[in-house]
Amino acid sequence: MDAGPAHVSGTAGHAPAHPEPMSFWRKYVFSTDHKMIGMQYMFTGIVMGLLGGLMAYAFRMQLTFPGEAVPGVGVVTPNLYNALVTNHGSIMIFWFAMPVLIAGFGNFLIPLMIGCDDMVFPRLNRLSYQIFLLSTIVILVSLVVPGGGFGGAWTAYPPLSASAAYNHTPLGAPLWLLAVALEFVAFLLGGINFVTTVMNARAPGMGIWEIPIVVWMIIVASILFMASVGPLIAGAVLLLLDQVVGTQFYDPRGGGDPLLWQHLFWFFGHPEVYVVLLPALGMTAEVMAVFARKKLFAYKIILYSVFATGVLSFVVWAHHQFVAGIDPRMAHVFTVTTLLISIPLAEVTFAYIATLYGASIEFRTPMLWALSFVAEFMIGGVTGIFLGASATDIYLHDSYFVVAHFHYTFFPIAVIGFFTGFTYWFPKMFGRMMNETLGKIHFWGTIVAVNFVFIPMFITGVAGDHRRIYTYQLFSQLATDGLGRLRLVSTLGLIVMLLFQLVFVVNVIVSLVAGRRAERNPWRANTLEWVTPSPPPHGNFAEMPTVYRGPYEYSVPGRREDYWPQNVPA
Amino acid sequence: MAHIPLAATRSVTGIPAGRLAMWWVLASEIVIFGGLLASYVMLRLQHPDWGDEASHTSTVAGAFNTFVLLTSSLFAVLGHRAAEHGDGPRAARFLWMTVGGGAVFMLVKAFEYTFEITHGFTLFRSVFWSFYFAATGLHGLHVVAGMVAMGLVAVGARRGECLHRVELVGIYWHFVDVVWIFLFPLLYLAK
Amino acid sequence: MIAYLVPQASSFAGHIDWLFTLILVTVGFWFLVAEGAFLWLCFRFRRRDGVAGQYVTGTRKEEKRWISWPHYLVIACDVVLIVATVYVWIEVKQNMPPADERVRIVAQQWAWVFVHAGADGKLGTPDDIVTVDELHIQMDRVYQFELMSKDVLHSFSVPAFRLKQDAVPGRTISGWFKPTQRGRFDIQCAEICGLGHALMPGHVVIESQEEHQAWMRAQRT
Repeated sequence: MDAGPAHVSGTAGHAPAHPEPMSFWRKYVFSTDHKMIGMQYMFTGIVMGLLGGLMAYAFRMQLTFPGEAVPGVGVVTPNLYNALVTNHGSIMIFWFAMPVLIAGFGNFLIPLMIGCDDMVFPRLNRLSYQIFLLSTIVILVSLVVPGGGFGGAWTAYPPLSASAAYNHTPLGAPLWLLAVALEFVAFLLGGINFVTTVMNARAPGMGIWEIPIVVWMIIVASILFMASVGPLIAGAVLLLLDQVVGTQFYDPRGGGDPLLWQHLFWFFGHPEVYVVLLPALGMTAEVMAVFARKKLFAYKIILYSVFATGVLSFVVWAHHQFVAGIDPRMAHVFTVTTLLISIPLAEVTFAYIATLYGASIEFRTPMLWALSFVAEFMIGGVTGIFLGASATDIYLHDSYFVVAHFHYTFFPIAVIGFFTGFTYWFPKMFGRMMNETLGKIHFWGTIVAVNFVFIPMFITGVAGDHRRIYTYQLFSQLATDGLGRLRLVSTLGLIVMLLFQLVFVVNVIVSLVAGRRAERNPWRANTLEWVTPSPPPHGNFAEMPTVYRGPYEYSVPGRREDYWPQNVPA
Repeated sequence: MAHIPLAATRSVTGIPAGRLAMWWVLASEIVIFGGLLASYVMLRLQHPDWGDEASHTSTVAGAFNTFVLLTSSLFAVLGHRAAEHGDGPRAARFLWMTVGGGAVFMLVKAFEYTFEITHGFTLFRSVFWSFYFAATGLHGLHVVAGMVAMGLVAVGARRGECLHRVELVGIYWHFVDVVWIFLFPLLYLAK
Repeated sequence: MIAYLVPQASSFAGHIDWLFTLILVTVGFWFLVAEGAFLWLCFRFRRRDGVAGQYVTGTRKEEKRWISWPHYLVIACDVVLIVATVYVWIEVKQNMPPADERVRIVAQQWAWVFVHAGADGKLGTPDDIVTVDELHIQMDRVYQFELMSKDVLHSFSVPAFRLKQDAVPGRTISGWFKPTQRGRFDIQCAEICGLGHALMPGHVVIESQEEHQAWMRAQRT
């Protein structure tokens, strides 16, 4: 009763057919189909995310059992520790969160959700992935070159990062920087493709307020990325010159300024956290609406708040530099802007919570993940206030309190966001349903464990544990039994959490091979991707759809069904 | 095999996809050069002695190159007009003249760099010179990339193919021009 | 709250701790309210047979109130916190009370070098006392420090003082503290500085006037 043949007007409504069978290489490796490219990004991202997780295992084991060989890794030396910490951060943000949330889901979903057959520039899309893949290879190579991987933290502050005389990684440091720069280029190209596609290629009838919120979020994220990464690309060119050629842009002995890098980095670094947050927020909203059978509360207010957050995100950056040696008076400006940016995000949180009022909630696996995003992210959000307030930041800067805060934002964003989207769109992507029981076991195991990892870090951080330290043995106030036990709890929590991911892997394999075949619209959702077969063929829609309403018309009074797909005529 | 997706034929905004995408490319490039120049300005304000170093850049060469780039942009505009009228060969001729302008620009730069380096004003002499070579070098790379793209479009345009690309490559060239308009006063005139 | 875990050994430590507690109470309130409402709604509106979902757009005034009133209250809380943090920040980082003593702190890969003023009370004179990794100071006197770095970024961090300041090569950064408790407390480097980042602990030794004089005399022999 839904998705009858769509009425088509204007431009041609048929997707071109491909009668000739495609070779393995053309279909899987050199594809220009947005769905395949999305899968490529997703798969690469997942593998890198696992690597990042294993790095965390290695350095946490060293910290908890200093000097002892880590099972499966060996002894972790100071340089290996610093390289693990550095690359854990870089990989999780640039090679897990961004490729999975933005490039993976973005590529797969956007043409489907706006009702067209592919991105506007499919070959540019393929090139973006290839550049991204190259960046992945470069970062992996950087870990194994002589001298070892770069160990100056993902923030790479010079002079440490600018000179091998200081960092002792003459190959690792420039390769790390090159990898990050290539990743930036890949996402710039991808972002241009996404924004052009959504601006221009929407189905007839889809005005800007009928665009599903996850698409909006990915677009705003792409624009934020494009606007913020430029100065850092410039700064990275200068840092690369310092590292490889010996210029002194960041060396005070030659007239340069180490703080210049910090400003360039954080001018990008702060908007970047919203770049990754927005897609996860979007996916959470989509899933919540579907499984609550409810219209999203105040959709326009959510969007306006997101726009405001995006704009404000450009004027908060120096809260990362309160004690860095900036003029103390500048701190007042940034503490004000930073505390104010909590307001639109609080607004969004309230709107999400309000969406549950009057709902009819089905606690399927995707909904469990979406709800846990809200619950966990709130911890990250409120603990940010301690750091945005300049005076408390004096004490908490560079402590494990910061680590706990940003993991309570990044873990929901990257990991919970990923699982939310993956469990929800798995039927569409692969044509099979995932196993609910395994899904729930995986969910509870992960969520309970992750809180055991990071809650203790709030305490150890306030007690004085500082960051990026490979052993606390030399610090009399930190080498205590009490703090040691808290660190052990974190590490055990991490190991349990990593083990539960095996349940997920098993679920994916079992479901792909023997899962129940998925129908076209198993969740009874409104958005256009559920109009196509599961999985969608090349070209997506047999007849290009026309849109008649917004995406969240659930439980509309007077209708027989509790959902009303966007493409069904009134 | 490259089929054009239906998505590329739609235009909800009324702007053709290629032009829209090119403006986004420009937006991201503007932030890159903007960041680079802002960094230069910030450091220059902290170092009044850089004025002395800057006095050794050749204002004559810089001014001449400004004139060359502006003229080449004019040719790009004329090429766009010809393309709009469907005259591929004429558009191609103008594009090659633009490429020629770019070549003259790079030639003058080559002489400038040679002169400066042989007289001891190298990348390492002071952070001013590091910025000078980094900024003009990055800009130069963009000029060369533009020349290559323009040549490819010209080859196609002469055969009457893809004339819409003449406008796109022209937009890019204007951007390269505008960046120079900022570089010239910051590196050559501010002494 | 912090004081339960780390002693307060400087004159402004208590102020930072007070601000921390203020923020904790404020965000704690919001967290409990929001998380509580969230969990309650998850329970109250779980799917039950025969009960359909409601069509609530969030665009009507009575509905929007549920967001706008908390919204204004959040703004009010933010204003209070902003005023509080500006006040404490000015005291710790912006104002420089007149110094009773000066000390120079030089950070390097991977140690702390401290230059104490010596008997004449002036830095930069031949009777300066130079120590490595141990800073000796006297209770209840205002110290101004000059913080420098010889190579990369470091950060002079004394948790018991609630003090932290990055050391930037090419600059001398000033700050102050006034010790209020005798004892021996950790100094940490709080900015990653290479392989030895964890291997440059220091200690600040806070002594009474007699102990401090005795220590200075001992250095001269």
